[in-house]
Amino acid sequence: MKNFFPFLFAAFISAGAFAQEAPDVLIKKVTDEVLEIVRNDKDIQNGDTHKAIALVDAQILPHFNFPHMTALAVGKDWRKATTQQQQQLTAEFKTLLVRTYSNALTGYRDQKVKFKPIKIGAADTDVLIRSEIQQSGSKPVQLDYSMEKLDSGWKVYDVTVAGISLVTNYRDQFGQEIRNGGIDGLIQTIAAKNKSLESTLVKASK
Amino acid sequence: MNRFFGAIEAKARARWLIGALFVLCAGMVLADENPRDPYEDFNRSMYSVNDALDRAALKPVAKAYDSVLPLPVRAGVGNFFGNAGDLWIGINDVMQGKFADAGIDATRLLVNSTLGIFGFFDVASEMGLDKHDEDFGQTMAVWGVPSGPYLFWPFIGPRSVRDTAGWLADTFVDPVWSVRTRTELVRNSLVVTRFVDVRAGLLPADRVVDEGALDKYAYIRDAYMQRRRNQIFDGRPPRIDD
Repeated sequence: MKNFFPFLFAAFISAGAFAQEAPDVLIKKVTDEVLEIVRNDKDIQNGDTHKAIALVDAQILPHFNFPHMTALAVGKDWRKATTQQQQQLTAEFKTLLVRTYSNALTGYRDQKVKFKPIKIGAADTDVLIRSEIQQSGSKPVQLDYSMEKLDSGWKVYDVTVAGISLVTNYRDQFGQEIRNGGIDGLIQTIAAKNKSLESTLVKASK
Repeated sequence: MNRFFGAIEAKARARWLIGALFVLCAGMVLADENPRDPYEDFNRSMYSVNDALDRAALKPVAKAYDSVLPLPVRAGVGNFFGNAGDLWIGINDVMQGKFADAGIDATRLLVNSTLGIFGFFDVASEMGLDKHDEDFGQTMAVWGVPSGPYLFWPFIGPRSVRDTAGWLADTFVDPVWSVRTRTELVRNSLVVTRFVDVRAGLLPADRVVDEGALDKYAYIRDAYMQRRRNQIFDGRPPRIDD
């Protein structure tokens, strides 16, 4: 019990530090930390998806607002969903996005991430952090983060790669599923997709 | 004599492209429900044709290309074709009234063709002269031409009607297609190499579509539309709130 108080104190301090951290500073810090880990991890570089997912879970996910992302992906049907459906949908969509984009880390080699300068006013609660992934021999890839200010600090609610929102790009597909089988049908479809991805992954690692 | 053959060839190329356009347009008379994709049935069948071709031939070649060529060589190939495209990019910048960008494009072409040894090294980017992303479809969009319905073509993939016309113009003035030597071998190898190089560049995106999409056709269509909009607004599209 004696050790618990310093832990609590540290947690409190770091939570407070996050809340005050400017969104551009936060994103840059997280990017640097994650890339540093990937650079030193041969397993991730060799395509270990599970390890990449663990890294994303630990370092990146705390800075994302998944309920907001899911609401954006679903669009106007979101309000028709019950609280429980919203939670299930958020959980499945989160798994799908993390699975799909964790692999991007395994493809990381020598690319540089350059952040564009941004002015953030004290009253701003919604900002766009713009960056560029630079790689020799190909055009830089635009990578933008939409962030909002919450009580728990700045959170990402959309990521745009080369102008393509990873979130709203799902809207037509989700709408189609909801027209065919309702919200529950959409939840089942994403869950089935996640399951099939997991089974191919297990097969591949054996 | 050479010039004579060049003219014939340009005509033949145009005729072939327009002919192909007619054949495919004839196949899409019925409109469907999605207002953004009225020819969805036709497009989906073209998508499966293209997907089958890709799996059977193009993707394996692109994978081999990707694994055989060391990174610096691949970068050189990308730079070379990028440099060949900078003149037309500059002309499109002029047509869109972006004269400062056009100046940068012209300087890039000059610097990379000389200091960059025929474009194999992108020295200009190192100097801070950033490459632009323009084509005739974007120019028409800036002029106010609406995109028209979405189409999916064999080989060239997704293009709106406007961007199909833009692509025809881009191809017509393409310097790589205009390479003249005693045989057509050089030109044809260049065209094929560029095609494979572009395809190889899309391999990482393949995996995202394979794993992330509930419906690959719709995922690619919507990504294409978002990306084009972003290109037309030079990376700063006005926000759509909803």
